[in-house]
Amino acid sequence: MIELIHLLINGIVLGSILALGAVGATMIFGVLRFAHFAHGDFMAVGAYFALTVVTVFNLPVLAALPVAMLGMAGLAVGIDQLIYRRIRRVQPVILLISSFATALILRSAIQMIWGGSNQVYEVGIQLPWRIGPIAIKPDHVLIVAAAAILVLLVHGFLTRTRMGKAMRAMSDNMDLALITGIPAERVIMWTWAIGGALAAAAGVLLGMDTRLHPTMGWTLLLPIFAATILGGIGRPYGAILGGLVIGCAMELSTLVLPGTYKPAVAFAIMILTLIVRPQGIIKGSV
Amino acid sequence: MDLAGIVAYMPFFLGLVGIYAIMTLGLNVQWGMTGQFNIGIAGFFAVGAYTTAILTTGPADGWLGGFNLPFLVGLAGAVLVCLPVAWVVGRITANLRTDYLAIATIGIAEIIRLFVLNEGWLTHGTRGIPGIAKPLGMGTLNYTLVILAFVALIYVMVEVARRSPWGRVLRAIRDSEPATAAAGKDIARFRLQAFVVGSCIMALGGGLYAHFVGFISPEAFRPLYGTFLVWVMLIAGGSGNNLGALLGALVVWIIWSSTELLAGLVPVALIGSESAFRIFLIGVLLQIILVTRPQGMLPERRPPMPGEKRP
Repeated sequence: MIELIHLLINGIVLGSILALGAVGATMIFGVLRFAHFAHGDFMAVGAYFALTVVTVFNLPVLAALPVAMLGMAGLAVGIDQLIYRRIRRVQPVILLISSFATALILRSAIQMIWGGSNQVYEVGIQLPWRIGPIAIKPDHVLIVAAAAILVLLVHGFLTRTRMGKAMRAMSDNMDLALITGIPAERVIMWTWAIGGALAAAAGVLLGMDTRLHPTMGWTLLLPIFAATILGGIGRPYGAILGGLVIGCAMELSTLVLPGTYKPAVAFAIMILTLIVRPQGIIKGSV
Repeated sequence: MDLAGIVAYMPFFLGLVGIYAIMTLGLNVQWGMTGQFNIGIAGFFAVGAYTTAILTTGPADGWLGGFNLPFLVGLAGAVLVCLPVAWVVGRITANLRTDYLAIATIGIAEIIRLFVLNEGWLTHGTRGIPGIAKPLGMGTLNYTLVILAFVALIYVMVEVARRSPWGRVLRAIRDSEPATAAAGKDIARFRLQAFVVGSCIMALGGGLYAHFVGFISPEAFRPLYGTFLVWVMLIAGGSGNNLGALLGALVVWIIWSSTELLAGLVPVALIGSESAFRIFLIGVLLQIILVTRPQGMLPERRPPMPGEKRP
């Protein structure tokens, strides 16, 4: 029983990280209509941005988080302007291949700049808080809290601002949105900025939970897509739910399967979703 | 490198080009002809390589093996094992849109890699399978000729298929699914067939690869080598054009090999890691191709419309 609760806690932590990644991925999918294969590597770059801030200015990780988010938002918009914007008109599939190339470029750039070995933000072991027989790591609480705050901010943005509403409109019905005069290019830029920032946050939180490695994001890409599809593509709220479900399922699966098969569990859920309910839990827009 | 060194290197170089050419032809059936976005090439490549390795090696210590079967039986085994795997994958994904298919195939490749990594009784896990001999005690040169013969054979087969009514249906599905359905074609069935054919060609490439390098481990089936390079080759060569696929394999492999020389010229302190630098360069190359010439070096030649003169 205690083990089950601990696994659930791990699942919620992983789920919060997945949710942040999945919200960005689903928004990009909704507005631009393509699966962004570099999203995991956006996460990794964000995590390494924070590492630089932490080591150079000797700041705590959470203080480096906003810097990493800003940096990655800028980089995401830059990549879009430099590459994706030029091929957006051709075919969504070309964009997909291009994002695959972007993923490789970012990953090898990380390896060239920061090196290929495992790194951590802070050395040392944290003493867990104990509530009865249950042990909770302070970092885990921080991760879930940070993710929750960011998700609330995104919710505010999507429901209260003009840009957020325009974004949802484009994701719901592209043609209708364009006729009503929504500035498509600006919406796309904002989508990249927010998607990039959320990915960076997810990467930093992942780095807090485990360690930093050039492939840290790539290995989470599949679970993130699984969360996106499970939640219904183009649905930020579905993505949050999907992230939590996938995260918990991956952790709980270690009760019966070797831990190395965790990504396979996420994948199996995704395939089941595609067969049984391809529109996702909350009906997707694409 | 002096001239003698280059001449000695040629068979090895051409052998790898041949193996990649086979995989690129397989991908061309799926992507170039049918429009199926398979980025799980590495998975089918691994299935073929491991099946061949298990079937043809001598007594095995700690993994399934010791069958000592002949070369051609090993290759046939690679295709026969890949057949049901590809059929199941194709069946599940047949009706998926491109993006979903992409995600699904990369997931399957990853699961195959995890399986190979974890099920040591079958595959020897991370330690890999050593001692896969070339058939009939051939050297690299002779075996390279065998590979090139297979390239020629598969090229002819795929080209015949492309010109056949079957190939026309595939291209029709790629260009307009509703129109093809309206013409009374069973789209799901044709898609499944194309997927299985393409995947089995990739498995055959994997089988040839196992004999060529003599040792296989899960490292060789990372998405980069197994999948990404093949995609760059097809796009650079011209998707839909089988000759373009061959040309793409040759040119991209030359470029990929020369990035090694290039990486050797730049001080390591500046780039950190040589292999990362090479991947970086090939990624940039693909972006440049996609932005400037997405149709590739040899674009697909479309048949003339009725009444139109062939240029």
